[in-house]
Amino acid sequence: MEFVFFLTAAVKAGTCLLYATLGEIISEKVGHLNLGVEGMMQMGAVVGFIAGFTFGNPYIAVLCAAIAGACGALIYGFLTISLKANQVVTGLTLSIFGVGFAAFFGKNFVGKKVPEAITTFFAPIKLPIFGDIPYVGQIFFNQSVYVYFSYLLVIAIYVYLYKTKWGLNTRMVGENPVAADASGIPVDKYKYFNIALCGALCGLGGAFLSLVYISIYPVNVVSGRGWIAVALVIFAMWNPGKALLGAYFFGALDIASFWLQQYTLPVSIYFFTALPYLATVFVLIFTSMRKSSNKKEPAWLGKNYFKEDR
Amino acid sequence: MLHIVKKDLPKTREKIVVRLSAVLAALALASILVLVAGANPFELYLGIIQGCFGSVYRFAATIEKMVPLLVLSLGVMVAFKMRFWNIGAEGQFLMGAVGTTLVVRLLPDLPLPIMLMLMSVVSFLFGAVWLMVPAFLKARFGTNETLFTLMLNYIALTLVTALQYDFWKDPAASGMPKIANLPPNALLPGVSGFNLSILMAVIIVLAMYYFMNRSKIGFEISVLGESENTARYIGINVTKTIMIAALVSGGLCGVVGMMQTTGVSGALSTQITGGLGFTAIIVAWLSGLKVPFVVVNSFAFAVLLQGASYIQTAFQIPGSVAEMIQAIILFFILGSEFILQYRFVSDKNKREVA
Repeated sequence: MEFVFFLTAAVKAGTCLLYATLGEIISEKVGHLNLGVEGMMQMGAVVGFIAGFTFGNPYIAVLCAAIAGACGALIYGFLTISLKANQVVTGLTLSIFGVGFAAFFGKNFVGKKVPEAITTFFAPIKLPIFGDIPYVGQIFFNQSVYVYFSYLLVIAIYVYLYKTKWGLNTRMVGENPVAADASGIPVDKYKYFNIALCGALCGLGGAFLSLVYISIYPVNVVSGRGWIAVALVIFAMWNPGKALLGAYFFGALDIASFWLQQYTLPVSIYFFTALPYLATVFVLIFTSMRKSSNKKEPAWLGKNYFKEDR
Repeated sequence: MLHIVKKDLPKTREKIVVRLSAVLAALALASILVLVAGANPFELYLGIIQGCFGSVYRFAATIEKMVPLLVLSLGVMVAFKMRFWNIGAEGQFLMGAVGTTLVVRLLPDLPLPIMLMLMSVVSFLFGAVWLMVPAFLKARFGTNETLFTLMLNYIALTLVTALQYDFWKDPAASGMPKIANLPPNALLPGVSGFNLSILMAVIIVLAMYYFMNRSKIGFEISVLGESENTARYIGINVTKTIMIAALVSGGLCGVVGMMQTTGVSGALSTQITGGLGFTAIIVAWLSGLKVPFVVVNSFAFAVLLQGASYIQTAFQIPGSVAEMIQAIILFFILGSEFILQYRFVSDKNKREVA
C-alpha cells in the first residue's frame, strides 16, 4: 500500500513537469528551442499565486498564470521570430528575467498560505467509476482537477499535432519552413501561436507548484524544474504520450530522492537527483547513434527562418 | 508592402550607436520597475557607477567580478566560433573547481607555486574532459551538443551537491553541509583586493587573441564554423579540430573554477558559479565572437554585477531588480541586432531597381 502512495505522489510531482514539457514540445515542433522554460514557469508561479492570494478565485489565478507565461513567451517570440535573435541566447535571457521577476514580485508573499477557497478547489477528488479501479484508481483518479486537466491536455495536444490540419502545418513549419512558406502556410503566425501556447502551459506548470503542490509560498518555487522539462522533451522524443510517462517517471525520481533518505543504500541518493539528466544524455546519444529516419528532432530546431534568405 | 532584406555588414560606429541606444532604451524601461521598487532611478544608476568606481576597494571588486566572466566568455567563444553550442560553461566551471579541490585533498602539503601550477593544469583538464565527451559524440554521431552540454551542467551540479553534503563534507563544520576551506598554501596571492587571477586573465586574453586570429588551428576553427563542407574540401581534419576547440573551450572554463575557489570563495560549493556560465554565453554572443569585444563586454557586465551587489546594501533594493534590469538590457540589445543586420525596403523601390 505504501508503494501506491508513492506512485500517487509521483503523479502529483510529475504534473508540473508534464505541463511545461507539453508546452516545450509544441514550441520545438515549430522549430523554436526555448530555453526560457524555467523563467516562464517562475512567472506563472508567482503571478498565479499573487492572483490567487488577492482574489481567492481559482479560475482567475490559473488564467493569470497562463497569461503571465504567455507574455514571457511572447518576448522570446518577438525577438526570435520577428527580430531573428539567436534562440539559445534569448531563451537563457528569458530564464534570467523570469527568475528575477519571480524573486521581485514574490518577495512580499514568501511564507503566505494559499487561500482556503483555492486549496479546497484543488483538493484531490475521487472520480466516480475510474476512482474505484484497484490501485490505478488511487494513483491516477484520486487527484486534483489540475491533474485531471493535464490528462485532457495530453489527448488534446496529441490530436492537435497529429490529427488536425493545423497540427500538420505546425509540424511542417518546424521540419521545413521553406516548403511550408511556399505552400502558403503563414509561418510566422504558426510560430507565434505555438510559442504563446508553450508559454501559457509553462505558466500553468509553475502555478501548479505554487497553488497546489506547495501550500505555503517559498522563495524559489520552481527551483530548476524548468530545466528538467527541457530534458524531458528529448526523453519523450517530442511525443505528448511519452511526455506523460516521462513526467511521472521524473516525478517519481524527485520523490524517491526524499523517500529513500530513510534507508541505507549502496548508491548515493544524489544519484537519483542526477538520474533525469543522465537518462536524457543517454537518450540523446542513443538517438543520434541510430541516425535513422525516426530521429524525432524537428529538422529546423534552433534555426530561425528568414523568408528573404531563400 | 514592406520587405526586410539583409544589409551589408554594419560599420563599427553604427554598431556602437545602435547598442548604446538599446541600453539607454532598456534603462528607460527599467526605470519604471525601479520606481515600482520605491527608488529614484537616477540615484540608483548613479549608485551603480559609484559602487563600481567609488573607491579602490570597489574597483577591485568590479575587476574581481570581471575576471571569471571574461575567461568563461573567451572559453565559450572558441566553441561558438565553430558553431558548436557550448551551453555547459557552468558545468565545466564546477568540474574545474572539483579538480582544484581534489588536488588539495590528495597533495595537501605542496608549496604554493607548485600547488597553483598543478591546480591550473588539473582544473583545465577537468573542464576540458567535461566538454570533450559531448564534442566527441557530436563529431562521431552528430549528437545535439546544446542539450547535451546543458544536461552536463546539472550532472556536475549534482556531483558537487553530493560532495558538499556527503563525501567531502567537512566534519569540523559542526554539521553544516560545507566543504573544508582551502589551506593557505592553495590560495591565490593578492594585493588589496586584486589577486593573481588578473594576471592570468591578461595572459589568457593575449594568448586567445593569438590563437583565434593568428594560429592555423584558429583559422581552421573559423572555417569549420562557416561551412563543414569547405573545411573538408580544403583538407581540414574536422574531428581533430572539434576536439582541440573543445579542449581549449572547456579547459578555459575549468580554469575559472580554479580561479574562483582559490582566489575568491576559498572553498568548493554549489554556489560557486553564481550563474556566470550562462552570463558568459550571452557576453560571448553579444561580442560577435571577437576577443577585444569580449573584454569590453565582460567589463560592462561586471559593472552591472558589482553595481547590483552594491545597490542591494546601499539602497535596500533587492538583487532581483538588478537581475531584471540586466535581462531587460539584454532583450533590447538582442532586439537591436536586427537593426544592424536588416533594413526595410518597400516594393516600390524594389521594382524601380528591377
